[in-house]
Amino acid sequence: MEKRSVDDFLVIDNIQLNTNSFLIRMSGPKPLPEIKPGQFVNAEIKDCSEIFLRRPFSVFDVDYKYNYLSIIVKILGKGSGKLAEVSKNAVISLVYPLGKSFTYPSDSDRILFIGGGSGVAPMLFLAKECGLPADKVDMIFGARSLEDHIKIDGYRSYGKFHFTTDDGTYGFKGMVTEHPIVKGNLTEYDKIYACGPLSMMKAVAAEAGKRDIFCEVSLENSMACGFGVCLCCIEPTRRGNLCICTEGPVFNIKELKWEI
Amino acid sequence: MGDLRVKIDKLDLKNPVMLASGTCGFAEEINSFFDVSKVGGIFLKGITLNNREGNNYPRMAETASGMLNAVGLQNKGIDYFIDNIYPRIKNYNTSLIVNVNGSSVDEYIKVTEKVDQLENIPAIELNISCPNVKEGGMAFGISPKGAKIVTREVRRVYNKTLIVKLSPNVTDITEIAKTVEGEGADSVSLVNTFLGMSINSETRKPRLSTITGGLSGPAIKPLALRMVWQVAQAVKIPVIGIGGIMNAEDAIEFLIAGASAVQAGTALFKNPLAPLEIIEGIEDYLRRHGFESVSELSGSLHL
Repeated sequence: MEKRSVDDFLVIDNIQLNTNSFLIRMSGPKPLPEIKPGQFVNAEIKDCSEIFLRRPFSVFDVDYKYNYLSIIVKILGKGSGKLAEVSKNAVISLVYPLGKSFTYPSDSDRILFIGGGSGVAPMLFLAKECGLPADKVDMIFGARSLEDHIKIDGYRSYGKFHFTTDDGTYGFKGMVTEHPIVKGNLTEYDKIYACGPLSMMKAVAAEAGKRDIFCEVSLENSMACGFGVCLCCIEPTRRGNLCICTEGPVFNIKELKWEI
Repeated sequence: MGDLRVKIDKLDLKNPVMLASGTCGFAEEINSFFDVSKVGGIFLKGITLNNREGNNYPRMAETASGMLNAVGLQNKGIDYFIDNIYPRIKNYNTSLIVNVNGSSVDEYIKVTEKVDQLENIPAIELNISCPNVKEGGMAFGISPKGAKIVTREVRRVYNKTLIVKLSPNVTDITEIAKTVEGEGADSVSLVNTFLGMSINSETRKPRLSTITGGLSGPAIKPLALRMVWQVAQAVKIPVIGIGGIMNAEDAIEFLIAGASAVQAGTALFKNPLAPLEIIEGIEDYLRRHGFESVSELSGSLHL
């Protein structure tokens, strides 16, 4: 079993990305182990009497040279809300690295990333890490409105971006699964990766499943430990109830028992 | 340096800090954080005769200073453990204890007999206190009659160290403790989780798929401590204290109350390194207070 750590990380910066998402970059006290897209950390929430457990966050980026690890925190409740308030030099205890990563595409693959909300974090991380030429990669990111999208300027070289908004204020108006790419030529893709709200991932899985295209999704649910001992974060799969934290969070849609 | 060694029946523990069943998997998961040979013992995830898928999601609800769980003894059964897990963990240099469960006396006996064949498992913890299964489990642990029957029958087939894990969901826990002592238990561990409940007021739905579940964490510590103190007065066999132990100070309170050893459980979810900090803290305490051994500290409550 791979080694895991519990360490105090020092916040380098906390940048607000949009109305409710924050990019927190932290520096670790020792050389970081290899951390792959899809893996996550379990962060302690300090100074909040209502919060007892840690909160899991997908890793957004790793800089091994400086021991920097970044996460995107979208405010969903009290825990994420508290974490989003941290400022430079604050200390965050992380349990890491946790979970399994996405299956990396092969060099000849054409791939499609579909992300929603903070689910864009592991998608961008994977786009960066898999090193495919930009013309082989399409990314569709969806949000409610223009101000809910995050800026992806630094990632333009990793693929072609497509945006959707529910209200039509930016990009295609509608859901990611209504985007012309998904409705039209989906079979051109060898692999589809999705991370975002459950309803979005189910809709993506339905489209990919119909056409028998390889598709991995990154799941999330409520967790206590994050490393496979409490057995709380289960997902029913074809191999029985599995912990999302250790057998996932990334699952091939063929393993899941989704009724789609 | 104070002597941290503790004896629970025939078990020689290198220190009194053990890991509670259901919070440390099958030891490998904790070994991914630190060398598990440093702890006194590991109570492995509860095992039944056959595979159990456990309860539906959601199985967990965070509460003020604690959490409710309703896992429902998800495990792959004793044979899977023996064939696939035991070979990987049997050489960990600590006391590995199997937490035995059943929905009938017969099932408890069958699981125990299989565990008895395993050379490197020197003890079992008889779980008569799981609140999250429909049959068996806590049903045996909340009446002296049930506790008596299952302890007696398992004792008949098992000669290694028999620890019985008690439920706090009773009016008088000392009565159950005395009953299992009378049937030959070598030690009692307490407490398992308290039956609790949480509701989402917005949706008016229970937060657990099973409606009720077991409460653990710092929220239950004063209740658990009181029960450990009461039981330590009532029985002669060693008591293992469990319930919301998050740090060395908590562990020391249980020892002072009369526990010979303790189990850290929910603390592992928050801080997987907690057991190491607890061991160090106890060592430091013995030094500061001039105790020569941890057993001297056990039951040293000043009245």
